[in-house]
Amino acid sequence: MKCSVVVFPGSNCDSDCFHSIRDVMSQPVEYVWHKETTLPPCDLVILPGGFSYGDYLRTGGIARFSPVMREVARHAKTGRAVIGICNGFQILLESGLLPGAMLRNRSLSFRCEYVSLRVENSGTMFTKNFKKGEVVKIPIAHGEGNYFCDEKTLAGLLAGNQVVFRYVTPNGAALDSANPNGSADNIAGIINGKGNVLGMMPHPERAAETILGSQDGKKIWESLLECLK
Amino acid sequence: MHEAKVVVTLKKSVSDPQGKAILNALHSLTFNEVQEVRTGKYFEIRLAGEDKDLLEGKVRQMCDQLLANPVIEEYSCSIEAKG
Repeated sequence: MKCSVVVFPGSNCDSDCFHSIRDVMSQPVEYVWHKETTLPPCDLVILPGGFSYGDYLRTGGIARFSPVMREVARHAKTGRAVIGICNGFQILLESGLLPGAMLRNRSLSFRCEYVSLRVENSGTMFTKNFKKGEVVKIPIAHGEGNYFCDEKTLAGLLAGNQVVFRYVTPNGAALDSANPNGSADNIAGIINGKGNVLGMMPHPERAAETILGSQDGKKIWESLLECLK
Repeated sequence: MHEAKVVVTLKKSVSDPQGKAILNALHSLTFNEVQEVRTGKYFEIRLAGEDKDLLEGKVRQMCDQLLANPVIEEYSCSIEAKG
């Protein structure tokens, strides 16, 4: 599984993702600077977390115009895998590769903590190693993860089984009290209709080793590895 | 030379957590007449050129492509000649 980690000015989870793929998964990975106009041949593109362009204007709103994003869109169009984590998810939304937009967290606080997520769709290339309905522990760290879309878009996401992760209580109930940011329908992660572009606010790369407190995020890399090798 | 003024706000149908926090702060300052606060962004854009209609069209394109996110935001703009 050849991976590319895109680096924008202000990315700060790029080396975490790189480490996760190279050292935990023992897979080939390289950094790709956002100014590049080509991607190296790869199976998976990772848009990492951080604060691309200092979150100026809107989160991800300027990064979407980075030259490499044209290639990321092309990569996605050919059915190859893209994962956007946190700021990467915001960039996918701004670039239209996933529907919806992010608002400020309902609490206006930056939330940095472990959350419980329920795996709603275990039929994707990103989640096949989870059980449907499984509750996993993966951390979030964001100030703008309040997922918004209009009702028609939400109905489409639900009908297409495109909600992949929801914020839940530790025993798996999607209550408002388990929603850390006010996201519509407790949405933590969604996938495109084709099933090859995933965006999620929680950070699987920060939960891929026991020393980090959870290995639940590693299952995403393992699922991808089985599908993409 | 022209100057455009653009105001971008969240759509009415979209909740504005910052506006709500400011509303609460105003209430705690006893401005109890305040019913609602909506926040937004304001841009002043200086433009070279004399054709006002053409420039206004360009500013709208800027809003559509970058300054506003049509999923959550709406905008208004005005433009006037500047010396």
